[in-house]
Amino acid sequence: MPEQFIWGMEVFANGLMAGVLYALVALGFVLIYKASGIFNFSQGVMALFAALTLVGIMEGQVPFSHLINAVFGTEIHHFGWHVPALAAILLTMVVMVLLAWLVNYFIFRHLVNQEPIILFMATIGLAYFLEGFGDIMWGADIKKLDVGLPQGINGTIDEVTYNLFGYGFFIDNLDLWATFIAILLVVGLVLFAQYSKHGRAMRAVADDHQAALSVGISLNFIWVMVWSLAGFVALVAGIMWGTKSGVQFSLSLIALKALPVLMLGGFTSIPGAIVGGLLIGVGEKLFEFAIGGMIGGATENWFAYVLALIFLVFRPQGLFGEKIIERV
Amino acid sequence: MKMKLFGAIMATAMAAAPALAELKVVDTSYRTGPYAANGIPFSDGYQDYFTLLNERDGGIGGEMINLVECETGYNTEKGVECYESTKGGGSLVYQPLSTGITYQLIPKATADGIPLHTMGYGRTSAKNGKVFEWVFNYPANYWDGASHAVTHILNENDGDISDKTIALVYHNSAYGKEPIRTLEKLSEKHGYDLTLLPVDHPGQEQKSQWLQIRREKPDYVIMWGWGVMNQVAIQEAVNIRFPMENFIGIWWSGSENDVKPAGDRANGYKALTFHNLGSDYPVYDDIQKYVVEAGKAAGAGDQIGTVLYNRGMYAAMLAAEAIKTAQEIHGTAAITPAQMRDGMENLEMTEEKMAALGLPNFGPEFKVSCENHGGNGYGAVSQWNAEAGEFELITDYYQSDQEVLQALVEEDSMAFAEENGIELRCQ
Repeated sequence: MPEQFIWGMEVFANGLMAGVLYALVALGFVLIYKASGIFNFSQGVMALFAALTLVGIMEGQVPFSHLINAVFGTEIHHFGWHVPALAAILLTMVVMVLLAWLVNYFIFRHLVNQEPIILFMATIGLAYFLEGFGDIMWGADIKKLDVGLPQGINGTIDEVTYNLFGYGFFIDNLDLWATFIAILLVVGLVLFAQYSKHGRAMRAVADDHQAALSVGISLNFIWVMVWSLAGFVALVAGIMWGTKSGVQFSLSLIALKALPVLMLGGFTSIPGAIVGGLLIGVGEKLFEFAIGGMIGGATENWFAYVLALIFLVFRPQGLFGEKIIERV
Repeated sequence: MKMKLFGAIMATAMAAAPALAELKVVDTSYRTGPYAANGIPFSDGYQDYFTLLNERDGGIGGEMINLVECETGYNTEKGVECYESTKGGGSLVYQPLSTGITYQLIPKATADGIPLHTMGYGRTSAKNGKVFEWVFNYPANYWDGASHAVTHILNENDGDISDKTIALVYHNSAYGKEPIRTLEKLSEKHGYDLTLLPVDHPGQEQKSQWLQIRREKPDYVIMWGWGVMNQVAIQEAVNIRFPMENFIGIWWSGSENDVKPAGDRANGYKALTFHNLGSDYPVYDDIQKYVVEAGKAAGAGDQIGTVLYNRGMYAAMLAAEAIKTAQEIHGTAAITPAQMRDGMENLEMTEEKMAALGLPNFGPEFKVSCENHGGNGYGAVSQWNAEAGEFELITDYYQSDQEVLQALVEEDSMAFAEENGIELRCQ
């Protein structure tokens, strides 16, 4: 088999893995958009905030310690304990639910039936607030995140592919775990949305706020639930990306990777986020591998947005999005 | 009534305001945003050193230093706003701490007659003082860094790297592209193959680049990264089992922040530097006593001795020495920005001077002149010791390839002079 083809297969496999990571971020956007029609600009910052909170809890860091020390002249930084990863993840989830309730209580319940652009602007404000709040709460330093997920080359795949092709493929163990977790997450979310009472209520709210209210669905409850789910997805994305690069404020920029995925997969489809992520991941990696070198490289971001643009032209609602029908 | 109220407010404000300091220094810092983890230690070091001089020595030459901090968020527009809003009142020098901000400020500072010190970043050819009257980039610049990396590789290979391949993994921006020309010139001279691997901003996803490195197996990788790009690159290098001792980062890719997320497996990673590391210097005892224990530390006081804190402190020390030089030249303690420029242009850092400041062997010896605003191009290599949790200097300071670099500096700066109709100085 030609060398280039074998390498291309390795790039393809890694593209799939990268796509899963993009899809994890995109999922959070889809959930909130599906339920409330809000394009949540703060989804990337939510992933950052969740990861910061997780590391802070795991390390026993005192929240707001810099502020407390500055005001009271104290020297407190840590509680002196370490919380196991699983317990810390659960505690972080509690924080994300609390955040969802606060967001709904202070912002979105006041904006029912407002124009989508107003809701979008509110999420921009929320993003800036949350970034600063996370900084004050946990500090701006880069934190190592280790929840026990393995990292580095997968030896089995390396060996098997070496025996097959004479070249061992590189697949990161962390990416394999991300794929496994993403599959669980998507299956769980699809089942929840399609078959549970609250899932159906969520879809009803997405269709029409006022109609949902008129049949007795609590808008507040559904919105808190959806923001909590988005918080959970943000936490998973934060763990995966934070394990790769350390938990730091540029984590919020991962939202940029989700936008072309959303354009491609559609803003309202959970499977669409996954398929979109995979298409973008594979497409950008193969393009960089095959053509990138000829035109100066670093084509991945460019390619992702160009691909999304092409899809927008021919299928504005995305691959799996609901078809837009406007009746006069 | 309104007039009385206004008068009362003005009187209170004037009574409460501190006496105007004569030596105004602006710290354009970034304590927020994606790059805050790097901006905070640098700014802490920069401010703590000036605070030390105020607290211990009563300022410089009897004049207190008025340090003004302005948050840029590492954003070019905000950096320019900071400059515009603080340049009045005799600001002596700006340290923009961003190549993007530096490029915007070069024409502004030149027009305003305020010196810029872009230490280890910014426009490399600003080294030519004949063209760039108000810009200084001593003690080393990006092209020096590229040459330092190649010289280190040469030294490891008995001076022959004609059969070696070097890959440059760089941030796909003006900053990241800075070393390319130098590395290409040095490649012509030493015969190595150069592979260029750009990484999209911000650098969170680098799988393509590291798969290529794994396939092509270059002998060495040089990195020109910043922020999250550094942490991800080091993690990916660890993942593909690239030998860390053959992975060399520029000084902006060589802080504790960059290696810690990868854990112990980052052990052996190398980074260039133009100053020494750690906190085993007499000046730190003074900082502890006069600044930290006095509750006057710029930040939380938890960055002291880190690579970027040291760099910020070193930048402040060089600014303070330039102020002293200016005071000596002009015979006045309350110097102007123009006089500060003279001080910077006549700055000479010797080992005796650094030892007297409590910083023995902290930086290379260098001399600035009218023609040479970049110093003598000395740098060194540090290596990450994961067990000790610190970078350690593993070479002495050595000079960059002046034969190659001087020609590049001359060519680039002269083109700039011609484009902008600049009359050459120092003739």
